[in-house]
Amino acid sequence: MSGGIILSRRGLIRAGALGAGGLLLSGCDRLNSSPGFRAVLESGEDLHKASQRLFGRDALAREYAPSEMSPVFRANGSREVADAAYRALLAQGFAPWTLRVDGLVARPLALPLAALRALPQRQQITRHDCVEGWSAIGKWQGPRLAHVLDLARLRPEARYLVFHCADRIGGAPYYESIDLVDAFHPQTILAWRMNDRPLDEAHGAPLRLRVERQLGYKQAKYVMRIEARATLAGLYGGKGGYWEDSSGYAWYAGI
Amino acid sequence: MNGPPPAGPEPRGGDLVRRHRLSTRIWHWTNAVTLLVMLMSGLMIFNAHPRLYWGEYGANFDTAWLDIGATTDGRGTLRIGALRLETTGVLGVWTDPDGIERHRAFPWWATIPSRYSLADARIWHLAFAWVLAGGLLVYLLWSLANGHLRRDIHITAREWRPSHIWHDVRDHARLCFPAGAAALRYNVLQKLAYAAVLFALIPLMIATGLAMSPGTDAWAPVLTEMFGGRQSARSIHFLCAFALVGFFVVHIVMVLLAGPFNEVRAMITGRYRVPREKAPVP
Repeated sequence: MSGGIILSRRGLIRAGALGAGGLLLSGCDRLNSSPGFRAVLESGEDLHKASQRLFGRDALAREYAPSEMSPVFRANGSREVADAAYRALLAQGFAPWTLRVDGLVARPLALPLAALRALPQRQQITRHDCVEGWSAIGKWQGPRLAHVLDLARLRPEARYLVFHCADRIGGAPYYESIDLVDAFHPQTILAWRMNDRPLDEAHGAPLRLRVERQLGYKQAKYVMRIEARATLAGLYGGKGGYWEDSSGYAWYAGI
Repeated sequence: MNGPPPAGPEPRGGDLVRRHRLSTRIWHWTNAVTLLVMLMSGLMIFNAHPRLYWGEYGANFDTAWLDIGATTDGRGTLRIGALRLETTGVLGVWTDPDGIERHRAFPWWATIPSRYSLADARIWHLAFAWVLAGGLLVYLLWSLANGHLRRDIHITAREWRPSHIWHDVRDHARLCFPAGAAALRYNVLQKLAYAAVLFALIPLMIATGLAMSPGTDAWAPVLTEMFGGRQSARSIHFLCAFALVGFFVVHIVMVLLAGPFNEVRAMITGRYRVPREKAPVP
């Protein structure tokens, strides 16, 4: 092999490396918008859910001491609700408000705040992990979702609980959903109290879902209605939540 | 040496010999692509909240030890503790290919995707995480079985001696690389670097990544606690990522200095031309 050939090959490698850098970027962007490639990447979500359920189906999220709480609990997403009916309820301290529980249940419910407060309460100091990367530790109180579902008596074909919320983002209603494993988890509560005070508007008054082993966007605020469903298909974008529909965030948000 | 032990006489300068095993070559390139995707999608995820904290919690009202941002008059800054650097054009404030000034931490050319999307970056990052973890596990088991770890990575008592390490450091500083059969063995600095990547940096990336998952934290709280909390795990994740970038830079420089064609060929085809011994300097 002559030196000349080596040099030209070296030149080729160098040019190739530079070209590869540019190609890599545009290539990744092209792959990112290719439905087939995205489907492969998104199948990772099934693996996440299956592995988390395998290792920790009934595991409890860590709970903290009052001394470990965040001095300020950041509010994110909707911090205000524009809806006129909501504003009227807020002004009245949610006295006329009821939580509707319907869909695939034997006994649809309309529960006022007083009824939710009268159910056995669970209090937990947990860490809220936002998908963006930040965390805040706060204290939550409310009845277990399981108690409410027992009152409403889920029909056997029910597989998901959908939380319909009062807030809208960019005109689209916020909603979220969980499956029955998370719905009946002991730490899954309908919180009406946060840090020893009734929930404020920024954090989701009058009622916020706490599903402690998942990220912040699953913790639906301003919950107005809980609907039991057999499938998430046919509801809004069909992916089971506002962020799932609008931006492609994972429905299973335990990672 | 990476290939099977030589049956015949020791290879001499100029010989074309078998160098890297198939397992090493497959893992090397899979891992190179995976780490690049992990880094670039990870930088995009960082962009969603460009602040790092120590401890269990940390958000905008808490004290960050590192943040990348923009000043009110539009200058990009990187702050680490009390140290503040202006980074306009690269970090915090930069211009995208359409000429629009963006106020985000890492620039478009360093992220996957190049336009801001936390959701898409997470899809890439969390899918390739399986390739990274699975690849490392299979490679380590394979290398344990075929003797690669014992023969090539294991650092012997003799090599641990400070005088030996110092000798190797001096050789590297003088860009004096071994020739002949000695070039077929990893020197102690190489072994230390490869062992650090295999047994410390990538495992730490995986462990701190898992420690950030609220699902995993429920059934394996020891992982998050071990790092001193979720936000500490996130900080360590970021620091290890940049340690891997540091490894990558040194690795590339060494390949370029040692002869990129021969080195890259060895990692693709497995064949390596043994460097010729230089005539002794009088």
